[in-house]
Amino acid sequence: MTRTTIERPPAGFSRRGLLAAGGLSAAGVSFATSARSAPARAPAGPPARILDISLTVNGRANVLALDPRTSLLDALRDHLGLTGTKKGCDHGQCGACTVHLGGRPVLSCLTLAAAVREPVATIEGLAGPGGQLHPMQQAFIDEDAFQCGYCTPGQIMSAVACVSQGRAGSDAEVREFMSGNLCRCAAYPHIVAAIREAGGRQGA
Amino acid sequence: MRPFAYRRAASALDAVQAAAGPPTEAPTQFLAGGTTLIDLMKLDAMRAETLVDLNDLSRELGGISAGADGLALGALARMSDAARHPIVRRDYPVIAQALDLAASQQLRNMATLGGNVLQRTRCEYFRDPSWTRCNKRDPGSGCAALEGVNRKHAVLGVGERCIAAYPGDFAQALAALEAEVEILGPGGPRAMAFEALHVEPGAAPEAETVLAPDDLITGFRIPARPWTRRSLYLKVRDRESYEFALASAAVALDLRNGTVNQVRIALGGVATKP
Repeated sequence: MTRTTIERPPAGFSRRGLLAAGGLSAAGVSFATSARSAPARAPAGPPARILDISLTVNGRANVLALDPRTSLLDALRDHLGLTGTKKGCDHGQCGACTVHLGGRPVLSCLTLAAAVREPVATIEGLAGPGGQLHPMQQAFIDEDAFQCGYCTPGQIMSAVACVSQGRAGSDAEVREFMSGNLCRCAAYPHIVAAIREAGGRQGA
Repeated sequence: MRPFAYRRAASALDAVQAAAGPPTEAPTQFLAGGTTLIDLMKLDAMRAETLVDLNDLSRELGGISAGADGLALGALARMSDAARHPIVRRDYPVIAQALDLAASQQLRNMATLGGNVLQRTRCEYFRDPSWTRCNKRDPGSGCAALEGVNRKHAVLGVGERCIAAYPGDFAQALAALEAEVEILGPGGPRAMAFEALHVEPGAAPEAETVLAPDDLITGFRIPARPWTRRSLYLKVRDRESYEFALASAAVALDLRNGTVNQVRIALGGVATKP
């Protein structure tokens, strides 16, 4: 396990890096401002003190200087550069932000980073060291289990738990287990098929 | 979200002491799973000057144990832990079913039992502060739900000031099984009938329980009775899964030689309190 302190995602040449660098343009500036979380209108209490927060993500230990209000989701996306986990509703209703905490799926949008005590696993940690896809990722591709793909990382994190917890025995069981992951494209029949397929391959 | 001070509690006593102090407009809140609190703080429907994080107390308050006299559930046990506990499933099925039929698997992995019984109403006029009239959020401001979209609001226990329904499921199972709730407060530990924990809105809808801001729920005791094993939770809702009850019932029967000796029924989804 390596230990690093990361304040900002490392800048590499990427589509995302290029867009972020576009902050020089007027449009870029306004986008960057509106993308930040809305400032509090009037403080209820004392000004927030910045906390040093330890987060182990995908086997890597990090110490981040964060406002106590920072959700695990925002810590992953904005402070660790792990943007695979998606922000959908930001209120615990859609499941797009699902990650594993201590091996169990949770909603990172309703989890304060400061309240995390166990290791975090995200979609970026699923693939093997050589980049080979996790069987569930492969099954989602094979079964065409997404259209726009925005909910897919959350779907896959829940789907991995669905199989590992032995809850992929029937279509009905899969649907019940996966009910906290919404898909606005309604790819549900293909998602169920992918989970059944991956579950069968792994002997669930 | 408005700023707050954050601290971690080292023990239940430490948590209670951290929450003590003179009454303020935005009292200290205990943070456990956060599934209600963080959601409502983001919406600005709840405010807290300080959050006291209880997540280091799972060893002290997270246990589940059963004996001949009953079941003890720690307040920091997660919903999913209790729902899949083999003795809970076998001997207290209404509890396992009420927990399994609530929320989503992600939320059940997060939410604790103590937090679950304190979850706030789903009344949209309470949750959305752009509605100015809500006696629960802003005492004395009125109630927009009385003349609003209120199909899912409460029928029982309502008053002129509030018709918001209590949304939970687990609480009905506790009420049906005559559970006790254990509380640690500044005066030490105490226990009371779970049914006496929540109060009807009456003249003060902002007060949902008899708890003071520095009272901490530490656990629940469910006595083993002739009806605990023959019990179930029935939930009727607009969709099959991941939805609050339109109406629900926790039912426990003491059946002897084909005769119902005792029946206990707690209704959910239709009332202002469990």
